[in-house]
Amino acid sequence: MKFSGLPDKSGHFGKFGGRFVPETLMPALEELTEKYCEIRKEPEFKEELNYYLENYVGRPTPLYFAERLTKEFGGPRIYLKREDLNHTGAHKINNTIGQLLLARKMGKKRIIAETGAGQHGVATATAAALFNLECIVYMGEEDVRRQALNVYRMKLLGAKVVPVKSGSRTLKDAVNETLRDWMASSTDTFYCLGSCVGPHPYPMMVRDFQLVIGEEAKKQHLAIERKLPDYLVACVGGGSNSIGLFHPFLEDKTVKMIGVEAYGAASISNGSFGVLHGALADILQTKTGQIKTTHSISAGLDYSGVGPEHSYLREISRVEYTAVTDRQALQGFKKLSKLEGIIPALESAHAIAYLEKLAPKLTRAQSIVVCLSGRGDKDAEEIRNL
Amino acid sequence: MRKRLEIFNKRKALITYITAGDPSLAATEKLIFQLEASGADIIELGIPFSDPLADGPVIQASHQRALKKDVALADVFKLVAKVRQKTQIPICFMLSFNLVLKYGLEKFYDKMKEVGVNGVIIPDLPPEETTHHNIFLVAPTSTEHRIKLIAERSAGFIYLVSVAGITGQREQLAGNLRSVIGKIRKYTDLPIAIGFGISNPKQAAEMANLADGVIVGSAIVDLIARKKYQQVEKFVRSLRVAIDADS
Repeated sequence: MKFSGLPDKSGHFGKFGGRFVPETLMPALEELTEKYCEIRKEPEFKEELNYYLENYVGRPTPLYFAERLTKEFGGPRIYLKREDLNHTGAHKINNTIGQLLLARKMGKKRIIAETGAGQHGVATATAAALFNLECIVYMGEEDVRRQALNVYRMKLLGAKVVPVKSGSRTLKDAVNETLRDWMASSTDTFYCLGSCVGPHPYPMMVRDFQLVIGEEAKKQHLAIERKLPDYLVACVGGGSNSIGLFHPFLEDKTVKMIGVEAYGAASISNGSFGVLHGALADILQTKTGQIKTTHSISAGLDYSGVGPEHSYLREISRVEYTAVTDRQALQGFKKLSKLEGIIPALESAHAIAYLEKLAPKLTRAQSIVVCLSGRGDKDAEEIRNL
Repeated sequence: MRKRLEIFNKRKALITYITAGDPSLAATEKLIFQLEASGADIIELGIPFSDPLADGPVIQASHQRALKKDVALADVFKLVAKVRQKTQIPICFMLSFNLVLKYGLEKFYDKMKEVGVNGVIIPDLPPEETTHHNIFLVAPTSTEHRIKLIAERSAGFIYLVSVAGITGQREQLAGNLRSVIGKIRKYTDLPIAIGFGISNPKQAAEMANLADGVIVGSAIVDLIARKKYQQVEKFVRSLRVAIDADS
């Protein structure tokens, strides 16, 4: 099976994806798609992107052999793809550097973004400061309160943070509000979306900017182990770090992949076919089609939808999806901190937690690559207060 | 050419928007008759949704009020069936695509026909994602190739969005409407109604002068939110007078 041709020209991954937004935004999405497809092929753009990824973000990130974690389970060799070592502490910056370089080329001077916990907001504000662009971040009022430190970081970086008072006042509503801003401002404004969700071309574009995770991991694993990994494990909220890790391996049949959702926000595991924020995908909804609010200890996974490509990969059974509870994620958080001296982001702790189920089933001859999508400093305060 | 809504043959149409179930289905039923008596030509019924992307704060709040009463699409179909025993005023739905998907796409269009809903606006469903002929939106940002596509696929009338942005009352409407209307006219004879942002009789008259009809929503919903039902009647009458005087 070939995966490189997806999505199709109209942005569909099988029956998922597409472009479901008010007409006001359709011309902006057409312009963005056209410009992105053109600019991404330019050698100058690639060079510039690589320059910043290497010298500013700090890539490549290591593929670290987790010795004590491996010993703990006594089975497969466990590797961590260290996205937590990126500048700003998560994989989000891979995407924001790419998108804002594109914005600059398109001559858009005003940048808008949504954020949940604030990681994508910080990554956007960082890239906006780097490229001298105006930056406005929409954040649910509830999240503004919970993530005061990230709000302050964004302000330090020169961004304006707008608390969103509509709906459930969390990430879903922040996306709504950013799209509403864009409806009135698309001629001079670039929407820097943080995950592989939303209308075409976002699921494709965000994935492309995150592919670097999987491309590096593949090379690194081949160099160390002289073979491909047997399993890839990554957490899935919208699904950008996981699609980045998985995608370069999709055509390698022997590599199994597992996406780990948060139990209280498991759009793939517990959702159904619907449209949210401009794309057809698995979403959490009531029997009459209202969007459900979600509950996860991890703000980055606390989202009612998922990227359409993940829904597609689930449907064709190329990737397996599962969910872990808040309690299991917390155990993963503590385990990695104690055993490896790495405090993971609560999001990434979901992937770590799944090892409890997976590792005991595997042999010493096998290996697992886990995406450590971010570091956990941001979560320490909240966990301390539990 | 798809079928046009006949009311446009008689006069410049006044289209009034209310959210079904705000503050209750019984109130909506009364409001439909009240709007008709006050001079509305078409009733646009919003179906409440948790995340109405194209709507500003006033209509968002009306959706929230209706959702508190658990009003679902099936209930609104029942309501229309009931009012159809007394009135034939054209009724159009405005709703988010997810509600249609969840109800069942074909079942939705069958039910519209069965109970007598005369058209549907699904703001987040562009013509390239459907084979059905809806009342599609044209925006001030729409490019000519998009206007052509929309014109070819529309039925009933064309909904011209007066400003780039969300619904809600505004002082200033987009300056390029006349040129957008010119472009639409190149591709279709369907009536054009202008909506989003029209909040007083003066604006309504100006817009009716440019096009075949005007759509007023947030200004009415705002009165309903404040329970000023008498003023809804007065306000709609004043819109009617202004539109008729100018045409």
